[in-house]
Amino acid sequence: MAFISSGYNPDKPMENRITDIGPKKYDNFYPPVIAKNKGKWQYHEILEPGVLVHVSETGDKVFTVRVGAARLMSISLIREACEIADKHCDGYLRFTTRNNIEFMVDSKDKVAPLKKDLAGRKFAAGSFKFPVGGTGAGITNCVHTQGWIHCHTPATDASGTVKATMDVLFDDFQSMRLPAKLRVSMACCLNMCGAVHCSDIAILGYHRKPPLLDHEYLDKMCEIPLAISACPTAAIKPTKMELPDGTMVNTVSVKAEKCMFCGNCYTMCPSMPLADTEGDGIVLMAGGKISNRISKPKFSKIVVAFIPNEMPRWPTMTKTIKKMVDVYAKDANKYERLGDWAERIGWEKFFEKCELEFTHHLIDDFRDAAYLTWRHTTQFKFTG
Amino acid sequence: MAKHKTPLLDQLESGPWPSFVSDLKQEAESRAKNEKGLDYQVPVDVCEDLLGVLELSYKHGRTHWKHGGIVGVFGYGGGVIGRYCDQPQMFPGVAHFHTMRVNQPSGKYYTTKFLNDLMNIWELRGSGLTNMHGSTGDIVLIGTTTPQLEEIFFELTHNMGTDLGGSGGNLRTPSDCLGMSRCEYACYDTQELCHHMTLQYQDELHRPAFPYKFKFKFDGCPNCCVASIARSDLAFIGTWRDDIRIDQKAVKAYVGGEFPPNAGAHAGRDWGAFDIQKEVIKLCPTGCMRYEDGKLEINTPDCTRCMHCINVMPRALRVGLDKGISILCGAKAPIVEGAQIATLLVPFMKVEEPYDEIKELIEKVWDYWMEEGKNRERVGELIKRNGMQKMLEKCGLKPLPQHVQEPRSNPYVFWKEEEVPGGFTRDINEFRKHHSR
Repeated sequence: MAFISSGYNPDKPMENRITDIGPKKYDNFYPPVIAKNKGKWQYHEILEPGVLVHVSETGDKVFTVRVGAARLMSISLIREACEIADKHCDGYLRFTTRNNIEFMVDSKDKVAPLKKDLAGRKFAAGSFKFPVGGTGAGITNCVHTQGWIHCHTPATDASGTVKATMDVLFDDFQSMRLPAKLRVSMACCLNMCGAVHCSDIAILGYHRKPPLLDHEYLDKMCEIPLAISACPTAAIKPTKMELPDGTMVNTVSVKAEKCMFCGNCYTMCPSMPLADTEGDGIVLMAGGKISNRISKPKFSKIVVAFIPNEMPRWPTMTKTIKKMVDVYAKDANKYERLGDWAERIGWEKFFEKCELEFTHHLIDDFRDAAYLTWRHTTQFKFTG
Repeated sequence: MAKHKTPLLDQLESGPWPSFVSDLKQEAESRAKNEKGLDYQVPVDVCEDLLGVLELSYKHGRTHWKHGGIVGVFGYGGGVIGRYCDQPQMFPGVAHFHTMRVNQPSGKYYTTKFLNDLMNIWELRGSGLTNMHGSTGDIVLIGTTTPQLEEIFFELTHNMGTDLGGSGGNLRTPSDCLGMSRCEYACYDTQELCHHMTLQYQDELHRPAFPYKFKFKFDGCPNCCVASIARSDLAFIGTWRDDIRIDQKAVKAYVGGEFPPNAGAHAGRDWGAFDIQKEVIKLCPTGCMRYEDGKLEINTPDCTRCMHCINVMPRALRVGLDKGISILCGAKAPIVEGAQIATLLVPFMKVEEPYDEIKELIEKVWDYWMEEGKNRERVGELIKRNGMQKMLEKCGLKPLPQHVQEPRSNPYVFWKEEEVPGGFTRDINEFRKHHSR
């Protein structure tokens, strides 16, 4: 490999340097129909799963075809999306917050050929490259984090758990039979860079063993006070220790019964890894939402405290998720989000109907907010 | 012939959902073929080795990535995440595998020209793998080596007219919903405000000076498609103060079954004929609506703008004309002290260029947080630690009933000395003149 210079001169880093310009302005990328009708849209309608029309007061319409995508995407796939956009959409496309791709056209007769083109494109092993769907009262794309592809703290993989889940929920990605929209989100550790804590169903990677302590290296690699102060439960204390060769080192001790395995210490100190084959796995949460529609935004609740990592397809996890979705689909009222349904029937009924075991792990015992989640009334339902 | 056997990952190639494994293999093959005859600046087998190390994680049930090192571009303290493999001998192609976050354009619209140009840079100088997009909103370029960082940055700024995003203890790349560009619910131009604030605060974005991360998100209406209320330190959510605009003729058309309710979102199942009483009037959380004698009435002072009726009948109901934003503060994921949903800070503010009122508030929040926030304490945690009163005081905001769900139920009020006539300094001897020991 011969190094190819971009023009950057490492000896004079400030020469011709351009910084702090921010992103390119958004209106460089508007399809003409969007540029012309911005702020003039009157209403929209979902014509079929994955296909929307927005109607402007000028009489213009924009038809959007939404497709799911793995958020981990190669340049080959992005180029293929561009090729489709060049062919059908005058060279414009957009992405949604939930990792879908949207192809927009300005007349209805362009929709069918676009859809046909998208549906016909598959990977060599058979999965769709651009499945149309993700609208209305169905399941849209599952947002997720990096997992084992690229992160140092995950308790599970992200791309794999999502692929396995979306395969199981695929019919609901391409249809709109649910009482309301249902958002599934995935975060591979408590850091939740995906912020899944307000999702209808959340898949969360979780560690269950306190950190390992690399005593020989700990003081060399970490700022011990930072590791100590990182712990939300004050489980970490400074200590000294004699290594087998007789050297005394500064290190830390961890009070196991105070550890809730958040991994904050590991973020501050690489000599405190948590990852463990048996210890790590999946937590399932349910009933959260971000919309202010009808009821307030709310947190997802822990409904399954632990499911082991079952590579490569996590069958126990996907079966449990599918069960929740199906029971909700059958039982909830029109417009009722999963969390609103669980609250109406009572969480005790939710566990019964979804055939989930209630264990002590599901009773909150973290800080003051815990008390507010206990039952302070004689009103409850009996369950089998 | 694949470099590494991946029997576990291969099982993720079946099923209908787009397979990231198939996509990784496709990229590995494309690099091996190298039809363009490129002189790849990172190992040609980078995708092969990524599949290999991922397979090993599937076997072990543990990650094989080390903590990030300090890498970046000159003058910036964010935008690049250092990443190294913990098995570099087995997988030399991904021994150094850094991420670059590229600030996405507001609304995530692209021309194919822009994307293709970006892909050309990334094909030559990186792994050819991306996230479209990362959780915060950036275009994430996954996997390159340290010598390529400045080269990519130079190409981005000189040839693409774009910049890196944020990481670490700084302003993270702001993100937005698509807003007025294609949505009739948007109460302000989310893309314009997002873009403006991103440019306004470039220094805060590129040069970490905060106790921890800080996120802005811009949602055009209370439907909150970009989840600002759940995951941003400052959430700017569109709202309005006047009447919901009603087209009575269109309401009748919904009642008569001419238009599909909820914009067709429930078409996949037979829910029976549309029943405005059951589906709109009775589901209104404040009971502020009436439909009698073919006329819909909304008692605006009682409306909390939840969007349900508008979502159900978008052709008949439109958001009001006196539009602006509600500003909420302090949402975050669990680390460190537990997850938080944002708290209402400013019930209503107009969105008017040059947005001075909004900037003033942002800077007051930052001043307070930078002065009193502890290392790795998000602003939401600071509010919890020091109280909402303090936050309002620091922002110069008058406490309002809108700020709380309900007033406190404990009487443990921390009166301030200046609030109590005569202050706290008293003379015990004077007291004892009237009260014996």
